[in-house]
Amino acid sequence: MSAGPVGATPTLPLGTQVVIFFRMLAVQGAWNYETMLGNGIGFCVEPALRRLPGGRDGDAYHAALARESQYFNAHPYLTSVAIGALARAELDGEAPERIERFRTALCGPLGALGDRLVWATFLPLCSFAALAVFGTGASPLVTVLTFLGLYNAGHLGLRVWGLQAGWRKGLAVAQSLGHPILQKAPLHLGRVAAVLAGLSLPIAVHRIIGSGNVLLGGTLLGALAGAIVLTRLHGRAEGWKVSAGVLTAFVLYSVIR
Amino acid sequence: MVVLSLLGGVLGLDTVSFPQAMLSRPIVGATLSGAILGDAGAGLLVGAALELFAVDTLPFGASRYPEWGSAAVIGGALFTKAGGFDAGRLTTTVLGALAIAWIGGWSMVQVRKLNAMWARNRHDAVAGGARRTVIGLQMAGLGADLVRGIVLTAIGLMALQPLQMAALEAWGTGAPLSRAMVVGASGAVSLGAAYKLFHAVPGFSWQFMLGLAAGLGLVSLS
Repeated sequence: MSAGPVGATPTLPLGTQVVIFFRMLAVQGAWNYETMLGNGIGFCVEPALRRLPGGRDGDAYHAALARESQYFNAHPYLTSVAIGALARAELDGEAPERIERFRTALCGPLGALGDRLVWATFLPLCSFAALAVFGTGASPLVTVLTFLGLYNAGHLGLRVWGLQAGWRKGLAVAQSLGHPILQKAPLHLGRVAAVLAGLSLPIAVHRIIGSGNVLLGGTLLGALAGAIVLTRLHGRAEGWKVSAGVLTAFVLYSVIR
Repeated sequence: MVVLSLLGGVLGLDTVSFPQAMLSRPIVGATLSGAILGDAGAGLLVGAALELFAVDTLPFGASRYPEWGSAAVIGGALFTKAGGFDAGRLTTTVLGALAIAWIGGWSMVQVRKLNAMWARNRHDAVAGGARRTVIGLQMAGLGADLVRGIVLTAIGLMALQPLQMAALEAWGTGAPLSRAMVVGASGAVSLGAAYKLFHAVPGFSWQFMLGLAAGLGLVSLS
């Protein structure tokens, strides 16, 4: 994936960048178990490929689009890095074998980093933040806007940064993935999420139950006991399914008693 | 029904296909659904209860996970429409939404298999760099996912509303215990998920306890 020094960054027209960005939001539109995100990568890179010699009817365009639509897998938001880098590599006329090796090498790091940063840290953090806001008695509008605003500031910011970093660095984009912010963010965000998880539970439960402290105390203790059981079952059963089973039994009991 | 089904389709699409902005999270989807029916507060309440479950189910790659978009719309609608009942209203709503989330996850897998079949049938055209085929596959996948969400929401609403009414008519447990059960179950899932996700963070116990103490303090002040 190492590339020689990248010269002055060529410009991609703003209109093309905007089209690529909106297509990136649908990168998983044709997700499947065989080519995974592959078709989506071709779909997103396509507007840039029109700038290849011969345009949309040229051999270079068809060869590049075919190459970019093969198997690919990564975190959907961080595919922006790959899309920017692959568009740059194709327009720079890099050797096809080199581009294919680069594509293959990029899947693992983009998947692992995105899963850790977004799915396992930032999304739960935003959920707990929204539950905490809800627990303080906020209105529906404030709660929803807090969640969507916070989450999408990170989500859209990551996509924009990824596209720009990929385009700027081309095949040398691996350097950008080692940026301290990306590497250390999961740790720091995890700390915030841990505090928010503790904060949100009692106040969200209190607002949902909406009655006395005895019931609240009992419910929290029940939740704690349940969490211990679910944690011990980890790997053998999914927590939400176990809880759904318990609720099913309770509903049946309440209806037929 | 039509508006709710369309909303279910759009939010179902958001889960994975477009734009994955988490409009499909229960705390958003159920609130929107409640708002359409005239009670955003009711939607938010059930959305918060479902969000506690959703923290445990994150959309990692190729794994199968619940589809919360359509489920949240159905949850918000069921809870809002069952406004005449107190006991069992939240419990039956949450259980119905969980069932739809599970079926929604299954239906997403079917759409992915359909996408694979379409891609396989057009492999030669893609390998030849045919622009219309690459774009067509993407649009077909998006369309199939949208239709999936609309149909799932419509069927879910039609099937669950009468079922919920029948259950509520026969409900024999008090309202406080009913609510405590569903909130205890969702709280357990949320707590377990927080531990699973963050226990490796240095100082997790202290940070969690600090938040918990602040939360309990806020509750005691209210």
